Amino acid sequence: MQPDRHEISVSVNGTAYRRNVESRMLLSDFLRHELLLAGTHVGCEQGVCGACTILLDGAPIRSCLMLAVQANGHELSTIEGLASDSGELSPVQKAMHEHHGLQCGYCTPGILMTMTAFLKQNPSPSEEEVREALSGNLCRCTGYQHIVDAMMAAAQAMRASAP
Amino acid sequence: MKPAPFKYVAASSLDHALTLKAEHGDEARFLAGGQSLIPAMNFRLARPAVVIDINGLDELAGIAHGPTIRVGALTRYCALERDSEFLDSCPLFADALPHIAHPQIRNRGTIGGNLSHADPASELPALAVAMEAQMRLKSAGGERRLAASEFFEGSLTTGLAADEMLVEVEFPALPPRSGACFMEVSRRRGDFAIAGLATIVTLDAEGRCTKVRLALCGVGETPVDASEAAAPLVGHACADRPIEAAAAAIRAAIEPAGNVHASADYQRHLAGVLAQRAIRTAYQRAANAA
Ligand SMILES: Cc1cc2nc3c(=O)[nH]c(=O)nc-3n(C[C@H](O)[C@H](O)[C@H](O)COP(=O)(O)OP(=O)(O)OC[C@H]3O[C@@H](n4cnc5c(N)ncnc54)[C@H](O)[C@@H]3O)c2cc1C
Ligand code: FES
Ligand code: FES
Repeated sequence: MQPDRHEISVSVNGTAYRRNVESRMLLSDFLRHELLLAGTHVGCEQGVCGACTILLDGAPIRSCLMLAVQANGHELSTIEGLASDSGELSPVQKAMHEHHGLQCGYCTPGILMTMTAFLKQNPSPSEEEVREALSGNLCRCTGYQHIVDAMMAAAQAMRASAP
Repeated sequence: MKPAPFKYVAASSLDHALTLKAEHGDEARFLAGGQSLIPAMNFRLARPAVVIDINGLDELAGIAHGPTIRVGALTRYCALERDSEFLDSCPLFADALPHIAHPQIRNRGTIGGNLSHADPASELPALAVAMEAQMRLKSAGGERRLAASEFFEGSLTTGLAADEMLVEVEFPALPPRSGACFMEVSRRRGDFAIAGLATIVTLDAEGRCTKVRLALCGVGETPVDASEAAAPLVGHACADRPIEAAAAAIRAAIEPAGNVHASADYQRHLAGVLAQRAIRTAYQRAANAA
């Protein structure tokens, strides 16, 4: 059987890409292996761990549960796009750093993408809401408390700097 | 690459999708939210020769309100969660949706994919049975309706023929003075239920039950309709005796198989506890709705 290939155009962090991909290539593998954006991590490839979470048209999704060909015409955001071009961390990244929200860092890209979208929609979350929002991202290291602290601090910092 | 090779087609219309399905039958799978199909393909438990992507078919997504609430098969969980009119008219969803997986998965997963997948531990098949939903099935050759109680035939098995698509789910609006409640026990937030229970209680003007619907998930090969077992409630106001009698009848009516997380006895026990709690809550909500 000839490989089934498709021409796709996607925008990732504002940059447009055109590639020819095999239909069975997962979006997570496309980002990592084709675009060499290896910041998106892959843990379980069955939707459970959340390491591969990216934003599809602004909403967090599992990139391991989508085919690259399905992303045709869509806008993606990944961890590589969070810091500014000059390297300044986003408020959520900064808070994770300051509150020791990561140890090995494996889960971190997925958590940052999930929570960046969450805090945009919920600028004043309760701790309970933050925990609920984090429920789809597993972390083997931190025990979550520092991540929750970081998110509460990030929300506050973002509110303080909002116009 | 994880999935086995397949031919991918993005359907350009419903007719296109149905024609392809008629042509390829069981060799082809519709791709909706992909939140069950893609994991199965990643493990090569599913190896469809043709994947028909229906995500571009906007006509399959959306909620039409009215005496019958019509939900397009491609309506995603996140769209259901955000539609307050829908949550008011189908309140079991307000209770159940937060239990389905995680926000990221609810951004993709669809009602039609969920019901077609027919996981016996899933919440929504039990909701569809409790709410007496009708499934609208379409093929290139025609269209038919199937009651939820007939749609679910076994674990991961439905009444969908090889050339059919579930296009819409119809939920009759609840009668006045009705209250609904869904509850479940799972090991962690977002996991499939060890046991879950959906009930709708309708009261007369004096607060006595005139009708009860009750279905369980996670305790059988299909969602289990235990409305008959709950019938001792009919004629009674909210009181311990009839509720305990109904719970005992529900425990006796189900045949859970047990699994790695729970023995059959434990599942049966949970069903009884959930029945009492959910029925009480449904009575209260019905009284408040009056
Ligand atoms: C980590 C994780 C946790 C989860 N937890 C839960 C949970 O707690 N409760 C729960 O209910 N679910 C859970 N799910 C499953 C999730 O709800 C899926 O979204 C759902 O089971 C399938 O819907 P889908 O739209 O993603 O369908 P898909 O994965 O696209 O399709 C599923 C199946 O249905 C077929 N299909 C899809 N649409 C149609 C249609 N319109 N007509 C006919 N056939 C169709 C497909 O061909 C496929 O065989 C979980 C998933 C993950 C990854
Ligand atoms: S790699 Fe996608 S959820 Fe684990
Ligand atoms: S920091 Fe190691 S998994 Fe979260």
